[in-house]
Amino acid sequence: MTSDFITLDGVEKVFDVRRRTGFLRRERHQVRAVDGITFQVPRGEMVGYIGPNGAGKSTTIKMLTGILTPSGGRLRVAGIDPARERTRLARHIGVVFGQRTTLWWDLPLIDSYRLMRRMYRIPDARYAENLDRCVELLDLAALLEVPVRQLSLGQRMRGDIAAALLHDPEVLYLDEPTIGLDVVSKAKVRGFLRDLNAGSGTTVLLTTHDLTDIEQLCRRVMVIDHGRLMYDGPLDGLHEVGQSERMLVVDLERELPPLEVESARVVRTEGPRQWLAFPAAASAAPLVAAVAERYPLVDLSVREPDIEAVIAKMYADRGTS
Amino acid sequence: MAELLRDRETAPGARAFDGPAGPLARAREGLRAYGLITAMWIRSTMAYRTSFVLTALANLAATGLDFVAILLMFSQVDRLGGYGLGEIAFLYGAVSTAFGLADLTMGSMERLGRRVRDGTLDTLLVRPVPVLAQVAADRFALRRLGRVTQGLLVLAYALGSTDIDWTPLKVLMIPLMLISGTGIFASVFVLGAAFQFVAQDASEVQNSFTYGGNTLLQYPPTVFAQELVRGVTYVVPIAFVNWLPGLYVLGRPYPLDLPAWVAFTPPAVAFACLALAGLAWRAGLRSYRSTGS
Ligand SMILES: Nc1ncnc2c1ncn2[C@@H]1O[C@H](COP(=O)(O)OP(=O)(O)OP(=O)(O)O)[C@@H](O)[C@H]1O
Ligand SMILES: [Mg+2]
Repeated sequence: MTSDFITLDGVEKVFDVRRRTGFLRRERHQVRAVDGITFQVPRGEMVGYIGPNGAGKSTTIKMLTGILTPSGGRLRVAGIDPARERTRLARHIGVVFGQRTTLWWDLPLIDSYRLMRRMYRIPDARYAENLDRCVELLDLAALLEVPVRQLSLGQRMRGDIAAALLHDPEVLYLDEPTIGLDVVSKAKVRGFLRDLNAGSGTTVLLTTHDLTDIEQLCRRVMVIDHGRLMYDGPLDGLHEVGQSERMLVVDLERELPPLEVESARVVRTEGPRQWLAFPAAASAAPLVAAVAERYPLVDLSVREPDIEAVIAKMYADRGTS
Repeated sequence: MAELLRDRETAPGARAFDGPAGPLARAREGLRAYGLITAMWIRSTMAYRTSFVLTALANLAATGLDFVAILLMFSQVDRLGGYGLGEIAFLYGAVSTAFGLADLTMGSMERLGRRVRDGTLDTLLVRPVPVLAQVAADRFALRRLGRVTQGLLVLAYALGSTDIDWTPLKVLMIPLMLISGTGIFASVFVLGAAFQFVAQDASEVQNSFTYGGNTLLQYPPTVFAQELVRGVTYVVPIAFVNWLPGLYVLGRPYPLDLPAWVAFTPPAVAFACLALAGLAWRAGLRSYRSTGS
C-alpha cells in the first residue's frame, strides 16, 4: 500500500438531487454517482479511466483533486486526504478539464503561465526549463503572445496542458483532454503525454471517450459504469472479459450456402465471401485448416476485434443486468 | 526528446513545496494571491481600454449624481433630521468611502452564484491558494474606484465646511471608522457569497444589505424609525460603519441612548463580523458540489 500513489478504498459519492415534479412539488432522490470504488495506482503509471456518459468518471476525478468530498470510503493521493487538505494537495497535482479552460481569456497565453509561476512559486530556472520543454513538445512557440480567446480549441487544449505542468506535478489528471480535437492535435497531445510519463515519471490518469487514446497510451485501463468498477487490468484483457470475437473472412470459388464448421459461426455472406466469427482467445489455424479441407478456398483474412465494439458490448451488457 | 525529460527527474516527494501552514501564513498567502489575480484582471480590462474608460466615467458620473441629489434637497431645506448639509456630507462621505472600498475589494463576490451554478468554481479549487482570495479577486473592476473617489471628495468637503471640535481621539477616529466600516461591509459581501453556495440567487438579499445599507447610512439616524435604527445596530450592525463613530466626531447625541464609548467599538464589531463571515464561508465551501458536466 505504501508504494501506491493513489489509493481508493470503497469510495462513494452520493448526490442529493431535488427535482421539480409539478408546480411547487419537489421530489428528492439520491444519485449514486460513485458507488464503492477501490483501486490503487502506483507512482509513474499511466491509467485510462473509461465508461459511458454519466458513469462517474468526472466525479471520481473531482474527488481525487479535492473539489468534492466523498460521501464514504477512504481516499489518498500522495498520502494526502484531498478533501481535507485540498490546498496542500494542489501543489502536487495538475488538472486539465477538457471542457473548461483555466487560461486567461483576454490575455496572451504567456501571461497565464507567468501567473502560474508566481502562484505556485516555481523557481525561475525550473519555470524556464519546464516552459521551454512544453513550448517545444506542444508546439506553442507561435501562440505565446496570442490572446487565449483567439486560440482554436486544439491550441487552447495544448495551452491548458502546459499550464497544468509548469509546477512539476507528481500526478496529472486529464478529464477528456482530446474532446473535440482533430487527428493531428490528438496525436500531438498523445505523443506529449507518452513522453511526459516515460521521461519524468509523472503519474497520469485520463478519462476519454476516444479508445484510441487508451490504446496508444495506457497499458492499464479501468472501466466504470453506474459508479462501479467493471474492469481493471490491461487493455488486452478486455477482450476476454468482453467475450469478444475475431472474424475470419473467406473468399470461396463460388457462392455457397453458409459454411458449417465447428467453433465458428457465419455472421454474414456476400456472394462468394463469408464472415465467420470465432472467440478472440482461440487460435485461427485449426479453423482455417478445417475450412480449407472442406471448401474451395481462394483467399482469407483475419480481422482483430474492434476494442470499440468490445466496450460497447460491455456497456450494453451491464446496462441490461 | 526523452533525454530532455529525463535529466529533470528528482527524488519523488522532493518536487513540490507544500506552502506555509497556519492561519496567519494562510492570510498572507491569500493576500498575495489576491494581488496577483487582481493585477491580471486589471490587465485584462486594459485589453478593452475604451470600454474601460467609458464605464469608469459613467460610474463616476452616476455616483456623483447621487450626492447632487442631496445638494438639491438642501436647496429646499436647511436641515434634515436636525442635521446640516456639512454633517450629512460627513456621514455620506464616510459611508460612501467605506462601502466603496469594500465594493472595490470584495464586490465581485456577489458573482459567486454564477460560478457555483455553472461549476467553474472547480478550476479555482485546484489552485494552491485560498479560494476566498480567488473569488474576491475574480473580475476585479478598477472602475469601482469611482465610488471611493467620490466618497473621499465628499468627506473632504464635509471636513472643510463643518465646525468640529477636533481632539486627537476624533482625528484618530476618522481612519478607524473608514477601515472598520470597510471591514463590516466586506463581511456582508463574504456572508452573502457564502449563502450563494446554498441559494444561488441570494445576491439580491445581500444587495439589500450592501447597497441598501449604504443608502440608509447616508442619512442621520434621526430621520428613521427607532425599530429600523435598532435593527441596524443590534441585528445587522451596519450602524457601526459611520453613525456611531461619526456622531462622536460631530458631537451629536447617540441614537437609542447608547453610551459614548460605543464610538470605539467598530474595530471589534468589524472583527467579529469578519470572523462570523469566515465561518459561514467555510461551511458554504464545504457544501459545494460542482456540476455534472
Ligand atoms: N453536481 C452534481 N449534482 C447532481 N448530480 C451529479 C452532479 N455531478 C454529477 N452528477 C451525476 O452523477 C453521475 C456521474 O456523473 P459524472 O459527471 O461523474 O459522469 P462521467 O462519467 O464524467 O460522464 P461523461 O462521460 O458524460 O462526462 C451522473 O448521473 C450525473 O448526473
Ligand atoms: Mg465527465
